[in-house]
Amino acid sequence: MLAGALFLTVSVPVIAVQPDEKLADPEMEARARVISKDLRCLVCQNQSIDDSDAELAKDLRLLVRERLVEGDSNEEVFDFVVARYGDYVLLKPPIKSSTYVLWFFPFVLLAIAGIGVVFWLRGKARAQSAMAGSGGSGLSADEEARLSALLRDDKRSE
Amino acid sequence: MRRLLFLLPVFVFAALVAYFGSQLGEDPSLLPSTFIDKPFPEITTAPLKEAKPGLATSDLVGGVHVVNVWASWCIPCRAEHPLINRLAEEAGVPVHGLNYKDTREAAIAWLDELGDPYTRIGFDATGRVGIDLGVYGVPETYIIGPDGHIRFKRVGPITPQIMQEDIMPLIKGLQK
Repeated sequence: MLAGALFLTVSVPVIAVQPDEKLADPEMEARARVISKDLRCLVCQNQSIDDSDAELAKDLRLLVRERLVEGDSNEEVFDFVVARYGDYVLLKPPIKSSTYVLWFFPFVLLAIAGIGVVFWLRGKARAQSAMAGSGGSGLSADEEARLSALLRDDKRSE
Repeated sequence: MRRLLFLLPVFVFAALVAYFGSQLGEDPSLLPSTFIDKPFPEITTAPLKEAKPGLATSDLVGGVHVVNVWASWCIPCRAEHPLINRLAEEAGVPVHGLNYKDTREAAIAWLDELGDPYTRIGFDATGRVGIDLGVYGVPETYIIGPDGHIRFKRVGPITPQIMQEDIMPLIKGLQK
């Protein structure tokens, strides 16, 4: 009973590959699975063709295996699919001039934030040294004198 | 200088509003064709029925052509078909059909019911020809220029607005 409940908490791997799709050569089949995991199912768009049950996913899985049997390398298979569907079919976006923003903007943002923090800390340090220079009150010598004069006047008028 | 720095977030915000606003109403799941302005991929297909020839890339010469990918099991294809009929009548260019992942009987019956405006109809039972064109859903419609290059691809059914704003003007423009 407990084992049953525990079993429900374990995630089961999802694969959509049917037995009749699998290639006879286990090494090639393994390559097909690796390639399929990185190709986007264009119908579901958030699943790979390895996971998706859509018809198009099945067609593409068969296509990948066909290309492998014909002797294509992994990269050639990717190129074949990308030539027809564009970069979006790759689940890992390639790093090229059009995707620099996608890849590097988070780091750029981090750098800008970092610079902002540096400026803020400097500002704080300056304020602190100004405080220390005036004996802890943050007032310049002039302002101290005026303050003392005002307080004296105040005391006299009491 | 300090003032400008204060205003920087406002400018960034305005720029983001402008960009995101311009994208409102666009469907992010639509993929642009990789073949726009490139030659129509080399395909050959068997004819769907005896009365009409099949479709091959070598047929797409000598003017503007339209290729409409459809299937009898596809509901949006049914919805757009009256517009395809109209397109074939009014545009003055051949409109070809590519029957995608269908059976001959169902496809022929569908055309008998809804009308057959196609000059040529290709039969792609396995969908492999569709993959070579970058088809990922039906219906899809391609406009091919006189040089054999794809000039326009619509994923999804043709709407009257697309007919009026994109397809008819493009065809007229290409015919000059």
